[in-house]
Amino acid sequence: MTAAADPVGATPMNMLSAINHTLHREMARDDRVIVFGEDVAKSGGVFRATDGLQAEFGATRVVDMPLAEGVIIGSAVGLAASGMVPVPEIQFLGFAYQAFHQIAGQLARLRYRTDGRLNAAVTVRAPFGGGVRTPELHSEAIESQLANIPGLKIAMPASAADAKGLLATAIRDPDPVMFLEPLRGYRAVSDPVPDGDHLVPFGEARTVSEGDDLVIIAWSYMVEIARQAADRLRTEGVSVQVLDLRTIVPLDVEAIAAAVERCGRVVVVQEAPETCGFASEVIATINDEAFYSLEAPVARVSGYDHPYPVGMLEDDYVPSVERVLAAVRRTLEMAP
Amino acid sequence: MEPTVDILKDLHYRMLRIRLFEEAAGRLFEGNKMPGFLHLYVGQEAVAAGVCVAMRDDDQVSSTHRGHGHLVAKGGDLNKMMAELMGKADGYCNGKGGSMHICDLDLNMLGANGIVGGGTPIAVGAGFANKYKGNDTVSVAFFGDGSTNIGAFHEAINMAAALRLPVLFVCENNEYGEYTRRDKVMAINDVVDRAAGYGIPGVIVDGMDAVAVYEAAVEGLARARRGEGPTFIEAKTYRYYNHHGVQTLGMKYRTDEEVDAWKAKDCIEGFERRVTEAGLISADELAAVRVELEAEVEAAVEFGENSPLPEVSTLLTDVYTEVSR
Repeated sequence: MTAAADPVGATPMNMLSAINHTLHREMARDDRVIVFGEDVAKSGGVFRATDGLQAEFGATRVVDMPLAEGVIIGSAVGLAASGMVPVPEIQFLGFAYQAFHQIAGQLARLRYRTDGRLNAAVTVRAPFGGGVRTPELHSEAIESQLANIPGLKIAMPASAADAKGLLATAIRDPDPVMFLEPLRGYRAVSDPVPDGDHLVPFGEARTVSEGDDLVIIAWSYMVEIARQAADRLRTEGVSVQVLDLRTIVPLDVEAIAAAVERCGRVVVVQEAPETCGFASEVIATINDEAFYSLEAPVARVSGYDHPYPVGMLEDDYVPSVERVLAAVRRTLEMAP
Repeated sequence: MEPTVDILKDLHYRMLRIRLFEEAAGRLFEGNKMPGFLHLYVGQEAVAAGVCVAMRDDDQVSSTHRGHGHLVAKGGDLNKMMAELMGKADGYCNGKGGSMHICDLDLNMLGANGIVGGGTPIAVGAGFANKYKGNDTVSVAFFGDGSTNIGAFHEAINMAAALRLPVLFVCENNEYGEYTRRDKVMAINDVVDRAAGYGIPGVIVDGMDAVAVYEAAVEGLARARRGEGPTFIEAKTYRYYNHHGVQTLGMKYRTDEEVDAWKAKDCIEGFERRVTEAGLISADELAAVRVELEAEVEAAVEFGENSPLPEVSTLLTDVYTEVSR
């Protein structure tokens, strides 16, 4: 469900343009919003996500930082404690390992340990994910590691409209949000983006395509893979729902349960390695909420349990439409 | 800047307030009345007092795991502090922060920090905000010698220097990182040598002399306020008690002679002797301050002991602004 407060129309754009457009809007809306990171200011970011911000908002609000992820996040905590609304960029999510001491040790728990006296209203933007020939640490999906840190919210849009709506919500949210952007979708995913103020609430999954034989649950770019698989299956007479979680923290437990109750068969798709990936949490949630609606074991389609591969081998690592189709077919063939 | 008598009185008041608070906290800890860890500031009082007297109220502090002294020196409420140390509901953070995350935003004390080096990026972020806001507020990062060996410290001070942020870096070199002597883990004798590598000025002060610390802090704060960027102050000081607790663990990592040599330079005794001999403050007045502070600390202990434990339901509050999921 998308809440468009000001539905004056929509403009087609890709995810990258939607993100850039939203940063412009949010900076214009609230002068406490400040953008900083590696190469984000003068150069407008290595993917151009922050293009034009410094020209419009000046060098004290859009700042190039040292290549030092620890202090990019650490200083965001101090900025937030001083009443600012920092929107730092981590150039690639894999670089966030260099900042885990600040993310897990400071950012996520500032509110808890001050009993609500301090908020970390920080939105950390970070692109991630494979399929664009970037090497290992530039590609890996580490959302489940972040989801295991209480205090963080995690938004993972799959469409340009959601990139706008979730980013605006993230920036206006008083809690720290990890806003994870699919590299592969930056230019490849394009759809109509509502004009004007557009906010997508956290914790509300989106049904991308309707169906009732099986539900594919996915997030970020894997939603696009799932959608392509569902389109293919539809031509074969199989009706597949695709559920885009949009935010994994908070998680839309009700939407997951409702989809499982209706379809009875489930495939969960994630880009991360299989072990302890967020798919495991989705499956545990299904066990808790809708176990008796299952007609077959829940299938997972994941990356594999090894470091992200370099070069052309990534095509065998990142879940493909073919692998999703195979998992769907296996699941449909199982007797209830 | 030569301190006035009023400033001398303030330095003494804040040093003694820290000392008496910490001594009382240490007794409670040794009596098993405090959960967790307790890193006492006793011995180092001249540093917190000297810097905080030089600060304005709107200037901010980020602190360390040994952070009580900084909050006391910033004017912290001893009742709320003692209750927080005891993990009680009336503490600064409802008992959820404890000794190592004590903070008071009304006093612009942004928090102690459980991680060595953890507070420094926060002070730099506050400086970043002050620069953007265009005010002349300065943030002060207190940290120990050990924290300068940590990556986060390097990242933070480098950024502050590069962006010329209004931050004062105050290194409290107490010669030990936990139970290991500084010279075993650092190939330089003066931590301030590191300042040159960031292109910022550094000064060494006698950290047992509140006036020396005060004078250096006045300079460093003024420099930051003028937009000239950070200054690094190394205060040579010492902690009298163990890394944690008073005699906890009882490890022999330093000699009694060494401890006694530092105690002979005690910041409060030395200060009291100097100001009375110079006829600046009378012995009677100093004694009256001690009586007043002893009563305040005694009341704080009682307040903490009488405060209830937090409700179990608070375990789940303030993970997020609202309970979602």
